[in-house]
Amino acid sequence: MEESSKVVHAIYTDDDTLMSAVKKVKAEKYHIEEVFTPFPVHGLDKAMGLAPTRIAIASFLYGLTGLTVAILMMNYMMIEDWPQNIGGKPSFSYFHNMPAFIPIMFELTVFFAAHLMVITFYLRSKIWPFRKPQNPDPRTTDDHFLMEVAVDGNESELLKLLNGTGAVEVNLVDKAH
Amino acid sequence: MYKLSGKLKLFSIVLMVLGLVGLTYGFLNTPKTVDDVKEILAAQNSHHEGESALSENDETHKEAFVDQARGEEGYAAAAMEQHEAQMDQEHHGNHLEHVLHQLQTKPWSATLVSAFFFFMIALGALVFYAIQYAAQAGWSPVLFRVMEGITSYLLPGSIIVVLLVILAGTHFYPWQNHELVAEDKILQGKSGFLNFPFFVIRAIVYLLGWNLYRYFSRKNSLNESATDLNPYRKNFKISVFFLIFFIITESLMSWDWFMSMTPHWYSTLFAWYVFASMFVSAITVIALVTIYLKSKGLVSFINDSHLHDLGKFMFAFSIFWTYLWFDQFMLIWYANMPEEVVYFVMRIQEYNLLFFGMLVLNFVFPILILMNSDFKRVPWFIVIAGIAILVGHYIDIYLLVMPSTVGVNYSFGITEIASIAFFLGLFIYVVGTGLSKVNLRPEGNPFIKESEHYHY
Repeated sequence: MEESSKVVHAIYTDDDTLMSAVKKVKAEKYHIEEVFTPFPVHGLDKAMGLAPTRIAIASFLYGLTGLTVAILMMNYMMIEDWPQNIGGKPSFSYFHNMPAFIPIMFELTVFFAAHLMVITFYLRSKIWPFRKPQNPDPRTTDDHFLMEVAVDGNESELLKLLNGTGAVEVNLVDKAH
Repeated sequence: MYKLSGKLKLFSIVLMVLGLVGLTYGFLNTPKTVDDVKEILAAQNSHHEGESALSENDETHKEAFVDQARGEEGYAAAAMEQHEAQMDQEHHGNHLEHVLHQLQTKPWSATLVSAFFFFMIALGALVFYAIQYAAQAGWSPVLFRVMEGITSYLLPGSIIVVLLVILAGTHFYPWQNHELVAEDKILQGKSGFLNFPFFVIRAIVYLLGWNLYRYFSRKNSLNESATDLNPYRKNFKISVFFLIFFIITESLMSWDWFMSMTPHWYSTLFAWYVFASMFVSAITVIALVTIYLKSKGLVSFINDSHLHDLGKFMFAFSIFWTYLWFDQFMLIWYANMPEEVVYFVMRIQEYNLLFFGMLVLNFVFPILILMNSDFKRVPWFIVIAGIAILVGHYIDIYLLVMPSTVGVNYSFGITEIASIAFFLGLFIYVVGTGLSKVNLRPEGNPFIKESEHYHY
């Protein structure tokens, strides 16, 4: 257990070096715990082999939910509960009066899709106010890139590999303390 | 380098010949006199005997369009009636005259629908091409030869359409009927714009402007080279001016050629609506032609990211079209003003299935098929969505023309199919020849390297 709590932090100053380092470490079958970057690095998720996001699918389903809410709400209020004659609009059935409802159907679809998707994103990424920042080195928010690799067994070999990838700094960190 | 295959050439020529035969049949087969109309109606009545209770006391009830909600004849129809009342004092004969006029118009309308449908694909592709130049798009230069191939149909297509609208006369445009205008205060008020000489001049201006841009942009595009940026710069400039010219002439064109078919009716976003139809069909055809050429292995420099982008454009402009369709429909439906709503009363009452069916083809289908990012890279998904979009927009043009010109006397028969066949054949032939003139890989465009490595 002591060994598994140790990680190596390799720090880079260039995103191209980082990309090639990630590919090299991946090829050597080491497990990359995390990569911290100050900005999105194009293609990094592919190089790390991360699964594609499913947030678009979630958003589509939220949109359908919003559409259903809009239809049920307006059908109940305007057609079933109190079908008043308002300016001669035909409130005999939902379809008779549908053009007037479409702006609301559209907006609620977008509203649900957008907001629930954002909330899903916050929950899945564990972002909320007053959450303790997670970055191991404040420089990663400015101009440094940090790759965190788990140590299992052969420490020196991993350090040698990482030193050979163009890292400006390689630190062995014990996360347990 | 692409070469129009002998098989495809033969196919297009057969289509054209069959189409011409069918069109000739359609034009020769129109009723000549009121008596012919009587016979046709008698034959129709014996077919639908049980359907109409009214046929007992007024056998002509079906010929004139009656707004069911208001129980009166539509305004545009009423204008026509007035004219025929002048021509023929007898009430019965007046209705028959009306039907005769509509039946004689039918082959003209069928021809215009198909002629305009294929012409607008070429024009829309030209606009898309100009936008790519003006926006200095980095992804699209590999598609320029494909687009130029499609726009090679512009010259024959636009000449045919302009000849049709000029020669059709009162078949399409009630305001060209002098007796009618003499009776009609509204048409007199519009005669400063809607008069024949000005109409012809405008049509010729559009024709010249569009074709000149196509001619010079193609010429410059072929002259582009890595050492000389001048042709590219020229193309950039003329594309910007063409886009300004186009958006003005496109508005005028849709008022001239389509809105003035119902000269009492007007809508401000009509021109945009026609443009949306034009643009989405053109992008669809660009995608389909690209897929075809790719399946032949001729355009290996076009990758699935380009296809993905075209898919996105098809998706987005299908929604844009629906947005404009709904805007126009909902604003008029909501206010329900008699002089505006007459346009939709005819279309909903008599063309119900087509009118709402095209929404499924033009909106529901593309939005569901093309929403998924992965599907947009799969050629057969694009092809299926593309066919739905093209059929949908054919119906869209059909609904621009038919309800305004032939009213209730529409059908989809030999003439309509023949006109589609003729113009499809011509389109395939001209575009195929256009594509086979030069190498499909545009050399010398400053963005060609970026475009070839485009990756989404």
